[in-house]
Amino acid sequence: MYDAIIIGAGVVGCSVAAYLSRYEMNLAVLERENDVAMGSTRANSAIVHAGYDPLPGTLMAKYNVRGSMLYPQLCKKLSVPYQQIGSLVLAFSPQEDQVVRDLYDRGVKNGVPGLQILTKEQALAKEPNLSEQITSALYAPTGAIVSPWEFAIAMAENANQNGTAFFFDHPVTGIEKIEGGYRITAGGDTFESRIVINAAGTHADQVNDMVAPHTFSILPNKGQYYVLDKNQSDVVHSVIFQCPSKVGKGVLVSPTVHGNLIVGPDAVDVASPDDCSTDREGLQFVVNQAMRSTSKFQLREAIRNFAGVRAHSDQDDFIIGPVEGFPGFFNLAGIKSPGLTSAPAIGEDMIRILKENGFSFSPKDQVVETRDVVVFHNLDHQQRAEMVKKNPLYGRVICRCETITEGEIVDALHRPLPPHTIDGIKRRCGCGLGRCQGGFCGPRVQEIIARELGIPYMAVEKDKTGSYIILAETKQGGVK
Amino acid sequence: MELTQICDLAVIGGGPAGMAAALEAYQSGVEKIVIIERDKELGGILNQCIHNGFGLHYFKEELTGPEYAQRFSDQIPGTTIQAMTDTMVLDISPDKTIHLVNTKNGYQQLKAKAIVLAMGCRERTRGAIGIPGERPSGVFTAGTAQRYLNMEGYLVGKRAVILGSGDIGLIMARRLSLEGAKVLACVELMPYSNGLNRNVVQCLNDFEIPLYLSHTITRITGTPRVESVTISKVDEKRNPIPGTEITFQCDTVLLSVGLIPENELSKTAGIALDPRTRGPVVFENMETSVEGIFACGNTVHVHDLVDFVTAESQRAGRYTAAYIQGQSPSPNAFLPVTAGSMVNYTVPQKIHLPASAPVEIFFRVAMPMKDKKIVVTASGTGEKLMEFKRLHLAPGEMEHITIPTSALEKVPDGIEIAIV
Repeated sequence: MYDAIIIGAGVVGCSVAAYLSRYEMNLAVLERENDVAMGSTRANSAIVHAGYDPLPGTLMAKYNVRGSMLYPQLCKKLSVPYQQIGSLVLAFSPQEDQVVRDLYDRGVKNGVPGLQILTKEQALAKEPNLSEQITSALYAPTGAIVSPWEFAIAMAENANQNGTAFFFDHPVTGIEKIEGGYRITAGGDTFESRIVINAAGTHADQVNDMVAPHTFSILPNKGQYYVLDKNQSDVVHSVIFQCPSKVGKGVLVSPTVHGNLIVGPDAVDVASPDDCSTDREGLQFVVNQAMRSTSKFQLREAIRNFAGVRAHSDQDDFIIGPVEGFPGFFNLAGIKSPGLTSAPAIGEDMIRILKENGFSFSPKDQVVETRDVVVFHNLDHQQRAEMVKKNPLYGRVICRCETITEGEIVDALHRPLPPHTIDGIKRRCGCGLGRCQGGFCGPRVQEIIARELGIPYMAVEKDKTGSYIILAETKQGGVK
Repeated sequence: MELTQICDLAVIGGGPAGMAAALEAYQSGVEKIVIIERDKELGGILNQCIHNGFGLHYFKEELTGPEYAQRFSDQIPGTTIQAMTDTMVLDISPDKTIHLVNTKNGYQQLKAKAIVLAMGCRERTRGAIGIPGERPSGVFTAGTAQRYLNMEGYLVGKRAVILGSGDIGLIMARRLSLEGAKVLACVELMPYSNGLNRNVVQCLNDFEIPLYLSHTITRITGTPRVESVTISKVDEKRNPIPGTEITFQCDTVLLSVGLIPENELSKTAGIALDPRTRGPVVFENMETSVEGIFACGNTVHVHDLVDFVTAESQRAGRYTAAYIQGQSPSPNAFLPVTAGSMVNYTVPQKIHLPASAPVEIFFRVAMPMKDKKIVVTASGTGEKLMEFKRLHLAPGEMEHITIPTSALEKVPDGIEIAIV
């Protein structure tokens, strides 16, 4: 019997696993997809919010501010791209000037450091490409950008190194209360655990309802984005928000840690928690809204569009804690924005929540706290020369847009929780993130995956289970 | 410490452009020449173009892509040209120091007296044209699919829809059909094909593949693999017309929606780019805005036939040799060449003065036209200098004219090329 099973390997589940794995616990994570970070975690704005937005006293406020403080150190230790570039919320009218002042007050109450209200002139001095129509702005120096999927992967690898078992392609289909815990059916296997932590994201209500009474509903809400070429990354240098409204934090324009510009999202309720399709109207809306903040980006430099689904619920706040009448069953549900920012804080707090509910564990004597990743293009000339001398595979560039070497891909395939898909490699190394979108490197990455994992070339998938790239050999047959 | 090598000429890219430039420079007397190629062999994209039709102009015979490439790569062993394959150039500094890396010698610097840029081009992707819908596997650029079929020996799909009627898309429609796959439609946004007419006939008509002009893909559906695509007719502004949707059940979408010259390295060297070609601004001798750095082939502008890439690259090779040998025109006296009505761009964009030889000007037109004249006028005064009759003009076909030195002598503000 496990001490705790976490359902869902998104950023929340992985963060909880990473923190709990520092204690003497027998832990497992069950994930329905074939990799970490396959849901909302891989399709969002990639922002670590400063914390002025949530209402004081809410769980969102508490975990946001704490999460924002945890990120810099965690990302440094785990080699995750993170940049504290600051954020601006723009006002365009006297009404919105008031919103900016309200956000400032809220932020101060929430304990957000360094907030400043800027005049139009001050904001334009900071970001000269902003619209002349702005009237004031809220500046938050602790606003930051991060690679959300790399953060979740790093937390998962760390949890795994500290003893957490991960089961991919294991969608949970049943949960049953048994003596001293729960029995979970997933992917044809059964698992027993004293504690169950539901971090199933957009499917959290379904997981809850498998064992407990229906107390909340997830109302999936979709947001669409454009990603623009690196040649657009100079348009703005900080995260540019508009004033939040009932439907979300509005459309933002921001650099990404990978050197691109991201524009989005809209916010539309959708029927399916898995609806990640984009549409013409949504993408057009995003561009029109973003143009209010700055008209200086070139849409013809778009390299990708995508959509993500937020795990909105019918409750105003995050749903975090025990389920009444079901000792040992905990929900971490309705983790909408600022969920990415809050994830490590929720993970950190989980041991306290368990203790308050009668589950105490002692810390391990020794835990792994760091993770080293070679990123060839970040090295200087001297370091590059040394790396290639040590391992010649760092001398073969596979992804030319992002300068990713074979050495880095092979590293990723031999780290804890190795991926086995082209997109799994993309999320870990960055190949295919660039302007050619994997056109050049895709076949070569496929070859390296097949070789390193000892699987047939044709069996390598692009993304989710079943997403085969090749459907047959040609008449003369493939390279053997 | 890093190993720094020195050479006379470094050629970046070992495709048809790079090989022709290197060989021509060698013929012109340059000795220490290095070709740097990222792939494991020379030839570039020609290696995956196993169809015929190459070489009709240059060799007066019909070759496949690999055969065409081999005509050049076979000449290299008899020369002092060194081909560094499986080697990636990371950046080029304006002082012509090249940073490169490979598995054999590691990280190196190469200092060159002159550089020829011949990196070719890349394909526009789904993201660049923003096709909405789901994100399944089975969506490929035509060139990537071509690599899977012709280099790796794998079939990317069994029922395909092709967006774009550029040449690679047309060639792939035929290639998939020959492999037993069903190509349901070729869909073109414009009211005309962007490919060569011979390819429309041989690759679509001969296989009874319907060509939907003035249509585009408005949605891709399927998880985890493509299940269907929906196409719509577009209006004059290229916006989809509601109610015109046609849905095809298919497992594959190929995109042949344009090529973009590769110029990331050119940017590291500080070379000025032309926003219209997306390649370097070049003089008539193929020299870029950085002295001693030349460029040729699809890295400058996308060509229709490799034969013309060869001719342009040989010119670049000859002029690069002249530069190395100290015979270079001053960059300060030049005539600008501008694209006028119905002309999308010109190459070259500048002509050194005094003009020492007749100048060939290459360009593409904005739309298909019949019975028109290419007119060369003096910028500023508008005085007509020359005109050339054309029965037929099409964006899919590169045009060129030759201007004699006499016509360039009395036009202080430059020349403009237009279609009237």
